[in-house]
Amino acid sequence: MDRRDFLALSTFFTGAALSPSIFGKAIAASQLQDGIEMAVKKRLADAALSAATAAGATYCDVRVGRYLRQFVITRERNVENIVNTESTGTGVRVIADGSWGFASTNTMTEDAVAEAARQATAIAKANARIQSAAVQLAPTPGVGEVSWRTPIKKNAMDVPIADKVDLLMSVNDAALGAGASFVNSLLFLVNEQKYFASTDGSYIDQDVHRIWAPITVTAVDTATGKFRSREGLSAPMGLGWEYMDGRAEDKFVLPNGLTTYGNSYDMKEDAIAAANDAQAKLKAPSVKPGKYDLVLDPNHLGLTIHESVGHPLELDRVLGYEANYAGTSFATIDKRDAAFKYGSEIVNLFADKTQPGSLGAVGYDDEGVKTKRWDLIKDGTLVDYQTIRDQAHIVGKTESDGCCYADSWSSVQFQRMANVSLAPGKTKMSPADMIAGVENGIYIAGRGSFSIDQQRYNAQFGGTVFYEIKNGKLGPMIEDVAYQMRTPEFWGACSAICDESDYRLFGSFFDGKGQPSQISAVSHGSSTTRFDGVNVINTARSLG
Amino acid sequence: MSILTEAQAKAILDKVIAFSTADEASAQLSGGTRGNVRFARNDISTSGIVDDVELAVQVAFGKRVGTATINQFDDAALERAVRRAEDLAKLAPENPEFMPAVGKQTYQATNTFSKATAALTAEARAKIAEASILPCRDKGLIAAGFLEDGNTFFAHANSNGNFGYQRSTVADYTCTVRTEDGRGSGWVASNVQDVAAMDAGKDVQIAMRKAAASADAQALEPGKYTVILEPAAASGLISFMMNFFDARSADEGRSFLSKQGGGNKIGEQIMDPRVNIYTDPAHPGVPAMPWDADGLPRTRTTIIDAGKVANLQYSRYWAAKQGKPETAGWGNTIMEGGTKSTADLIASTERGILVTRTWYIRMVDPQTVLLTGLTRDGTFYIENGQLKYPIKNFRFNESPVIMLNNIEELGRSVRVEDGSFMVPSMKIRDFTFTSLSDAV
Repeated sequence: MDRRDFLALSTFFTGAALSPSIFGKAIAASQLQDGIEMAVKKRLADAALSAATAAGATYCDVRVGRYLRQFVITRERNVENIVNTESTGTGVRVIADGSWGFASTNTMTEDAVAEAARQATAIAKANARIQSAAVQLAPTPGVGEVSWRTPIKKNAMDVPIADKVDLLMSVNDAALGAGASFVNSLLFLVNEQKYFASTDGSYIDQDVHRIWAPITVTAVDTATGKFRSREGLSAPMGLGWEYMDGRAEDKFVLPNGLTTYGNSYDMKEDAIAAANDAQAKLKAPSVKPGKYDLVLDPNHLGLTIHESVGHPLELDRVLGYEANYAGTSFATIDKRDAAFKYGSEIVNLFADKTQPGSLGAVGYDDEGVKTKRWDLIKDGTLVDYQTIRDQAHIVGKTESDGCCYADSWSSVQFQRMANVSLAPGKTKMSPADMIAGVENGIYIAGRGSFSIDQQRYNAQFGGTVFYEIKNGKLGPMIEDVAYQMRTPEFWGACSAICDESDYRLFGSFFDGKGQPSQISAVSHGSSTTRFDGVNVINTARSLG
Repeated sequence: MSILTEAQAKAILDKVIAFSTADEASAQLSGGTRGNVRFARNDISTSGIVDDVELAVQVAFGKRVGTATINQFDDAALERAVRRAEDLAKLAPENPEFMPAVGKQTYQATNTFSKATAALTAEARAKIAEASILPCRDKGLIAAGFLEDGNTFFAHANSNGNFGYQRSTVADYTCTVRTEDGRGSGWVASNVQDVAAMDAGKDVQIAMRKAAASADAQALEPGKYTVILEPAAASGLISFMMNFFDARSADEGRSFLSKQGGGNKIGEQIMDPRVNIYTDPAHPGVPAMPWDADGLPRTRTTIIDAGKVANLQYSRYWAAKQGKPETAGWGNTIMEGGTKSTADLIASTERGILVTRTWYIRMVDPQTVLLTGLTRDGTFYIENGQLKYPIKNFRFNESPVIMLNNIEELGRSVRVEDGSFMVPSMKIRDFTFTSLSDAV
């Protein structure tokens, strides 16, 4: 799922208002802080573990989940909807006769979860008949009773609705005041209260928080029939309401005044800039296609990392488990074994499930594995993948990387992308320094259209704003830009990376994968980075 | 518990409406069982069942609206859901675009239910996986696929006395078959309401043939080609375009259906005169629920008539504002075709490219609905009416609006995607491929 789909859902909320199956059950704001009692969760979990074991399961894990979301959805001077949702239930996964089985229930009684455990075991046994090899789990130690919480400073769910409405209305007013024809703004808050228990002896309670504040500002020129939109330059984050503080130290300003954001976001300031940019886009010249040196801002490059590094280095894709949907991967195991050159010598990409502020940070994954950081690409060379317990042995690993996630109590957990990030450059360099060294290039900030093939070779990316770079200087805004790339050549053309003072996170709230499809939230860190000689096409067309 | 009868559903909804003290109340009750089996590497990988019933309540005090849902059905729980919705409504600012609940409606039931699909068991799902996996094991090919079936009901009521109830089923099967060396890949899909019409053992043969035939792909230069898009390949672009038939966006000047100088393109010729697209909840191939999200009865409505824009989607608010009649949101889309099969289209092609499937389609420019994406799982060069050899996949940058102006011939229309869309195979000239992909 991407932003387009999410905005379609926003419209759905407006039109239909009743959409329980998509985001869970709506509850009163005052009840968002209450959790399920720990003793109740443990009792439910133990009932499932016992029933599964008694039914013949050799392994069982139970996830008792309460998933909370809040949306405040606006356009221009109207609040279109305010929605509080809650989804509560229990998912039980077992191995029986060497096969997986899964069942879930929204009835929070010991009898109901025990029945789900028996159902999961029966499903596993039905499937075992044609299974050619038994499931093998990499060992993970039972950790007893532990807990973890996203290190937020202020729980966004606690902030009064009136404050949120006031903020968004002031944002929209600012955009309209700066000449926008239309503006949509949203607040999207997530709290996952997850309790995991397994026959390995773990009882893990986690409280995970995320926030996102997207805006879309549109300018229309009725006379010419032309319209252009400029998205906000925020990123979804694993933070609390403190993300909305817009602190000066979290702003990154280019020589031409373009401001992008790090650990906090000035939504109103960005709305005004977006209104100005949307109008400028209506008149901006169309790009001349050809080869350019690209200077990519972290809030753009994150999506390129996501698609061209994060996904192809998911071991389940490499092995063929996703062949029928998202696809496989060009980065096959023989390439890792042959020290495949994925990029230039300065390219170091790592996976990290612990980074504070990131969307993927948790203490333990959804099969009870403690999270960590590890290298994927070292000095340009492919060295490792991301995996989970039942696939680690296939590549000779003795432990899971802790990448298991389910988007609901009712979804079966499977391998999902960790935060995958590009390490900053080791020598001092600012974006201005980098731009000064480019003769014929394009600077791109923000995410745009993105598409990549099913093995992650051929990709095409747009962006939010584009500026010409000529002889070391940022020039005017240009439009209709998309670059086409082949993954190893693109990373091979990486010629400079700004230092860590420029490092910040991009985020995706709706990374879609799996059948039935599940979403996942993940961040990608980087500093501004240069890629030489990339093919740029012009995307302008005429409908006649 | 997960499937309620009409009487059970009505009893719950009546109670909910009665509990409300707001100016108006609407409620929806939906639930059912969804089963699935997923396989890869010639083995079952995951399989499960989800049972759920949910009640959603929306109330309004004047123009202030609140929504709450719950999944327990004793009287206390029902009343709690209503009070929560009322609390939220009191917190919400007035929405100037609020529309009151619809009055009592009459619905024509549509045929959305099949007993055979509702009766699917875990064993039956495992057999469908087996029917896909075993022939591939025998031929040294590798299968990955997915079957998901749903047996669900939907009921709604409001304080104006409106009520509706209907059951539905669906079974959706897809399978990708790859050669062991990873040089060939084929794909097949089947979406049915009645699982008796599904034959995975037969379907998988199509994917197996394409996998074997697509190895040793040759590279063609990117450029403009005549293409034959199989229905699944065409639907990827056309169903994407159908998301942008909203009247409000067009009237606001931010749609490909906006008219220069203001207004929308209703009545204008925007495609080849052979293009006819409509919606009809009673269409036997893709039956849809007889009501939309607001409870308005769906009717057959022409969308594109001989290439001209006949109707756009009006929300109730926008219809009222623009003085247009209130019409229900569309539940399905049918693009008419001809009588020829895809094979017939190939046979009449001197030079062209057959596309099995399109993939990872994203909007590049909403002004022109320029989309980018890739071909996948079986792309072949056609010469003198025959598939000549497999070719490497391409990235395209093409607008479905431009594509539907470049029609050479339309084939037979068939059910695709999630069972809400019918589209023909089609021969299109000057389809724009912009780069090669090494992906198989």
